[in-house]
Amino acid sequence: MANPIENVVNKLEDLLRPKTKSGLVGIWLDDHKMVDAARMVRESGIQKFEAISPFPLHGIDDAMGIPRSIIPWVTFIFGLLGCGLGTLFTYWVSAVDWPLIIGGKPMFSLAAFIPIIFECTILFAALSSVGAMFYINGLPKIDPVIIDPDLTCHKFALFVPEESDGYSKDNLEKIFKDMGAIEVRPAEF
Amino acid sequence: MLKRRPLVTGNKTYKDVTDDICELIERPPGIHFMGLFLSVQVLFLFYLVVLACIVYTGMGLMGVNSPVGWGTDIITFVFWIGIGHAGTLISAVLFLFRQKWRTSIARTAEAMTVFAVMTAGLFPILHTGRPWLAYWLLPYPNQRGPLWVNFRSPLVWDVFAVSTYATVSIVFWYVGLIPDFATVRDRAKNKVRKKIYGALSLGWRGSARDWNNYEMVYMLLAGLSTPLVLSVHSIVSFDFAVAQLPGWHTTIFPPYFVAGAIFSGFGMVITLMCIVRHLVPKFKDYITIDHMEVMNKIILTTGLIVGYAYGSEFFIAWYSGAPYEQYVFVNRAFGPYGWSYWIMVSCNVITPNIFWFKKLRRSIPVMFVASIFVNIGMWFERYVITVTSLHRDFLPSQWGMFDMTFFDLGALIGSFGMFLFLFLLYLRLVPAVSIAEVKPVLFVGKDKPGGHH
Repeated sequence: MANPIENVVNKLEDLLRPKTKSGLVGIWLDDHKMVDAARMVRESGIQKFEAISPFPLHGIDDAMGIPRSIIPWVTFIFGLLGCGLGTLFTYWVSAVDWPLIIGGKPMFSLAAFIPIIFECTILFAALSSVGAMFYINGLPKIDPVIIDPDLTCHKFALFVPEESDGYSKDNLEKIFKDMGAIEVRPAEF
Repeated sequence: MLKRRPLVTGNKTYKDVTDDICELIERPPGIHFMGLFLSVQVLFLFYLVVLACIVYTGMGLMGVNSPVGWGTDIITFVFWIGIGHAGTLISAVLFLFRQKWRTSIARTAEAMTVFAVMTAGLFPILHTGRPWLAYWLLPYPNQRGPLWVNFRSPLVWDVFAVSTYATVSIVFWYVGLIPDFATVRDRAKNKVRKKIYGALSLGWRGSARDWNNYEMVYMLLAGLSTPLVLSVHSIVSFDFAVAQLPGWHTTIFPPYFVAGAIFSGFGMVITLMCIVRHLVPKFKDYITIDHMEVMNKIILTTGLIVGYAYGSEFFIAWYSGAPYEQYVFVNRAFGPYGWSYWIMVSCNVITPNIFWFKKLRRSIPVMFVASIFVNIGMWFERYVITVTSLHRDFLPSQWGMFDMTFFDLGALIGSFGMFLFLFLLYLRLVPAVSIAEVKPVLFVGKDKPGGHH
């Protein structure tokens, strides 16, 4: 019998370990050429592929057809939730559970509670946005696949998984090389 | 056509940026750094001893008394919280205004915010006299009733404001660090470093979809931090303004405190940046003299706003016709604490005016000294507000004086030990300039084929 703690740790590790796909990668030194190549890959009919860069690239979202992030909705909803819970809590504490007359103010002195409600709104909105980003981006992950360590430094890459529709190794190799990739090779990501 | 000045000098490539910034983490510290670090550590240890004495013996060791019930602890708390504000201003407000020059100083300014808020947070807890019961400040179900906190009290607002500010600042700072930790991870030759920074980077990969969500969150956090930072010092000022005390009970306090906070915070940013530029000469290409000049302009502007607020307070005291209010202000400038008032005025109103001159604005020694004066002045501003209003109020039979003891001074000076200790540690453990943010602005002001700017 395996140790129960070990079991939990193993399950957690499986959950946090990234699931990889095999495919073709092209690596560039010039970010503008890589963005152009991404556009060509998309025009060739491939919808699902990845671009890896050391910093956010201008125009890559349009080139790859990545829609606007949905995180602002999370921020808005959780901000409203924080605002509502803050109001409810200050009301319940001051007017229901522990009603005390202080400074002749009404039990539910909304004006005096606004700082608390405001801080609750900000706290909920901020933490939920970061939580949503972690969830959508699949963070945290252990042992992420690193195609090339310089991809967080000065290199830029496009990765097309084999399973995507319209994948053709020869065609992609040609696009990558024509667009000035310094390296084209099969990889896991 | 007007040419934009480059934000990063020295014709760097992407690789150079990574190498320059990561180098500080990867090589052992030099003699200058170690000397400074050890002396700061001694100061930090001294601080811990002072705190231990105060906690063990009690608040009697400090100068607070009746009628001056708020002393060094509250003054220094407000001082450090104020310092933090410039960091958020640089990292969040200037981000929303698309001020690209902010990129190379944002990381360090934000670190300053986090450490300043940590330093500040200890003071009100110490001031409670029984710090081991500080959790009573939070509303939680308890067996004393349940006895809840009074949400109408500005002191409770402050607990919420400062703890939210600390949380959101730390999260904002950490989110900014994730891609840079990944950079350090990927270039690490050392196994232990690879593991530690790998864990800190949370397995960041940097795909376009990741960046898409990341940039959105970064902007949202900037948008949330902006009203937050304004609310924090407004609420700190409510600690005073909500009380019915002449000299405190004024509507000008929130904007006046926020302007003062930005003023003192930029003073501290300049002080720290001068030290960073001295310790790490390579960073002079990233934190250029142009950056320093722009910050000095902000010091000048906020200094003028603060000076205006001092004048306005006096005018309103006279114009209101309230005799107690008038007495407090005359007493501030010409009473027994007049010396502190004039230190404040000379440091905060007169000193920044040297920055009208371009030569002085761009001189490192001048700005280093001036920034220290700004910080002395801003500490005295809070001293003046707290002590002069409390020591003489409505009944002359209740008048008294406030004298700082050894422990007051020890806590004040020692807190710099804690702040600088954290800051110097940060400088060697964390990429001190945002690598992923500097790279996109690398070619601003330069002609690059295919580039945009």
